[in-house]
Amino acid sequence: MSDRKNDSTTDVSVHSLANLDLETHEKPYLDSNELVINMGPQHPATHGVLRVILKLDGEKVLGTECIIGYLHRGVEKIGENRTYAMFNPYVDRMDYCAAVSNGLGYCEAVEKLMNVEAPPRAQYIRVILTELQRIASHQLWLGTHALDIGAMTPLFYTFRDREEILKIFERYCGARLTTHAFRIGGCQYETYAGFEKDVKNFLTFFAPKVDEYEALLTTNRIWLERTKNVGVISGADCIALGVTGPVLRASGVKWDLRKAQPYANYSKFDFEIPIGTNGDTYDRYLVRMAEMRQSLRIVEQAVNGIPEGPIMGKVPKVIKPPVGEIYHSIEAPKGELGYFIVSDGSTQPYRLRVRPPSFVNLQALDLMVRGALVADVVAVIGTIDIVLGEVDR
Amino acid sequence: MPDFITSYLGSKVTPGEAGNQFWALVYVFIIFAGVALTVMWLLNWIERKALAHFQVRLGPMRVGPHGLLQPFADALKLILKEDIIPTEADQFVFWVAPLIGLLASFTVYTVIPFGPSQAVSDMNIGILFMLGVSSLGVLGIVVAGWASNSHYPLIGALRSSAQMVSYEVAMGLAVVSAILMTSMNASGTGTLSMLGIVRAQQQQGIWFIFKFFPLGLIAFAIFAIAMVAETNRTPFDLAEAESELTAGYHTEYSGLRWSLFMLAEYAAMIAVSSIAVALWLGGWMHPFPNLLSSPTWEFIFSLFPGLTFVGVAAIAFIGAARMPSQSFFRIQRIGLAVFAALLGFIALVLLVIAVAGRSGDTSLAARFREGIDYVYWFLLKVAVFIYLFIWYRATWPRYRFDQLMRIGWKVMLPISLGVLMLTAIVGVIVS
Amino acid sequence: MNPALNAAVNAGMAPVATPWFFYVLAGLAVASGVAVITRRNAVHSALALIVTLLSVAGLYLMLYAPFVAGVQIIVYAGGIMVLFLFVIMLVNIDRASKDRQFNRIWPVGLAAACALMALFAFAIVKGKALFPDRGLSLPESSNTQQIASMLYGEAGRMGQYTFAFEIASLLLLVAILGAVIMTKKKI
Repeated sequence: MSDRKNDSTTDVSVHSLANLDLETHEKPYLDSNELVINMGPQHPATHGVLRVILKLDGEKVLGTECIIGYLHRGVEKIGENRTYAMFNPYVDRMDYCAAVSNGLGYCEAVEKLMNVEAPPRAQYIRVILTELQRIASHQLWLGTHALDIGAMTPLFYTFRDREEILKIFERYCGARLTTHAFRIGGCQYETYAGFEKDVKNFLTFFAPKVDEYEALLTTNRIWLERTKNVGVISGADCIALGVTGPVLRASGVKWDLRKAQPYANYSKFDFEIPIGTNGDTYDRYLVRMAEMRQSLRIVEQAVNGIPEGPIMGKVPKVIKPPVGEIYHSIEAPKGELGYFIVSDGSTQPYRLRVRPPSFVNLQALDLMVRGALVADVVAVIGTIDIVLGEVDR
Repeated sequence: MPDFITSYLGSKVTPGEAGNQFWALVYVFIIFAGVALTVMWLLNWIERKALAHFQVRLGPMRVGPHGLLQPFADALKLILKEDIIPTEADQFVFWVAPLIGLLASFTVYTVIPFGPSQAVSDMNIGILFMLGVSSLGVLGIVVAGWASNSHYPLIGALRSSAQMVSYEVAMGLAVVSAILMTSMNASGTGTLSMLGIVRAQQQQGIWFIFKFFPLGLIAFAIFAIAMVAETNRTPFDLAEAESELTAGYHTEYSGLRWSLFMLAEYAAMIAVSSIAVALWLGGWMHPFPNLLSSPTWEFIFSLFPGLTFVGVAAIAFIGAARMPSQSFFRIQRIGLAVFAALLGFIALVLLVIAVAGRSGDTSLAARFREGIDYVYWFLLKVAVFIYLFIWYRATWPRYRFDQLMRIGWKVMLPISLGVLMLTAIVGVIVS
Repeated sequence: MNPALNAAVNAGMAPVATPWFFYVLAGLAVASGVAVITRRNAVHSALALIVTLLSVAGLYLMLYAPFVAGVQIIVYAGGIMVLFLFVIMLVNIDRASKDRQFNRIWPVGLAAACALMALFAFAIVKGKALFPDRGLSLPESSNTQQIASMLYGEAGRMGQYTFAFEIASLLLLVAILGAVIMTKKKI
């Protein structure tokens, strides 16, 4: 990492790209092939409003700069002016593809701040919904990533199967996308009649579907050529940049917060952490496919053992955490999602900072596409799995 | 009736050979209208429906029963769109670019051998003409990208044309090895004419895809892959993909001009499929020409056109019967039933011709039947290829541009060269 | 009778409206040739050159040489001109057109053009006597076959160009290698 600064082939300083005045730039006589290209913010493949400035030498990428902020809504500032319970729905809108995970992280952070624990039944429900959300998020990722690389069909298959999960969410809490499923202290809604049956049906329905997705892509020669050795990042670089989630695990680092710092009773469940070897796009694809299967395992164990009991812990009507601060992170589908809450004793947080995984993972884009071709930039943006709502907040 | 009309009827040669300009023009008109209608309507509809069914959805269902009239609605919309020409674009070249592509794609149809006398003309350099005119289509793309006066279309056009030029080499070599097989006859003379190539397969009693197994198959496979790259279809459609940086050579074209590009692309698809069918799959011959050539088998094979239309009419009838019974769908049900009836009528006519004109006769019905049979088997094989094109598009991701060029030059070219040399060696040994 | 014409008629290519086609094609070739050198825009020149090449291909057809016409279209119009267009589009030649042209050596150009015109005039005046009749030893054979036997046949009357053909392809290979070496950044 430190020798990157002395790398002579990359003489592009990131700020110089933004300062480049494109209109009056004097073109040389025989136009050498260096050019600066702007991708986005409106672009079919940037997964949201992301602007990427690429400096190219012909087809090779010399450097990139990401310009974000197009979806900045000031969520953290808003959090300072809302009570803790009022802020709960805002959290869903950050990573809108995996809203349940966001809610889980926030609720657990506030519960930790207040030294309250959710009852076991609530935690089982939380685990089931969060793992289902992980599957849904990975399905969305797979569909859009395959579409960027050119395979049109997996998108429709994954979205069709994702509907089953969204149906369960809708029956449970009324919303498909921005679910607001959990409350501080537990869950508000009791599981509806038929919840276990629905989840079990989904388990039997979905297991062959992952095989279907794999049959389409995993051994396809074109897919292999487009993803193997594309966007390679080493484990050491990941740790240095703070990259977490499947990207980190595909580079060979066995780090998953569900096992390393268990929360929500994850230590009770038996599952594996898939890791990759090369740290390329193909490994990240394999890791996420394996994670989907592991999530199925967790859901199966959870749904077979939901304990009886209350779903809401002993939480006062007005939530006033004691003075203090806390940082609590969970393993969201995209990486480590952390909440840093500073409480000054009042009903509204003094500071509420979200550590979004996509924001930190996006830093790795520059490192991954140095020396790659233009067509790989799109594949790498897809493989990092970013959601702009989370990056910008 | 004037002489120039009747003098051609009953001759066994193409109008070009007979020197009959009137019938040549009639054939040209039929082919042009048929191809344009097929491409615009049938291919567009089939592509959308087949893609949709591959992707677990239904495709167009509203405009016309089961979306059958959707292509017409799209064409109408495109015609009525505002014609935007960038102010900095070169006006004349911008206007002429789609026409070049269109002309190149359609001129090829003058030598496609639908049957032994069902072609506009039988040039004795037929295959050379086809390859040459398709390479003129590349110019249309290059010029279109440049005329847009915009960075991305230019890069897309140059990439697209580099890809087409690269795969033309492999295509040409595969074609040469097929032509080499035409000379494996008694006199040792081959032919470049399309009708001659199919006749050579007829004479040697074997489709060239099976000749000198597996050499013919490999040459066919090389051509089948190169022709997908020639027409810029998936998995080689990087230059016109939406999710890449370069948005393709037809970005700045709107409305009717864009649809001309699509028309040229589909017409080129049919044209290269016709080359593949004529060179390797026996053109207008029915399957197993040497094994099953007794009169009963001829009769059975001649029933196929009618039976195909019976099948399609049956599917349409079933579709009409299964329509929901709300009043909204009544007109769609009626429309589909009428369409099914039309198809059934065509099927009836074809079956009557097949029964009335058994081989051995020289009556009008027999001549009609022969002609219909030839055209039917040719079009059936071409239809299989078109379906394959659509299937590829639904299933596979697309290649990156450098991988694409690597395959064209480093994989396909050596293999086709090797196949050519082996074919020549085996041909000399066998003769 | 001209054996090429015989072969062509037997192959079904009877001549049709020859003077009309000749004047149209020749006029088109000349007009687009003039357009090549008079257009300001390089791409327009290239397109005009394509029209010239296609009309020359048509003239080849009229000379009962369909193979040459086909190869002209494939190689020249469809391959070489595409590469011309690549170069024109990729190289920023606006600056070049604003530079001063090499006008100082115009007498040399004029002398070369006059010499060429004198050669053409000589050829027209001499007419057919300029090409002594060698006689084709392959009667009734098509253009493709004749070219094939000239290029690939045994040495002697036919096949006298085999060696030259191989040398020419070697020359092309050398040119390709030179181009690759010159453009690669590192070898």
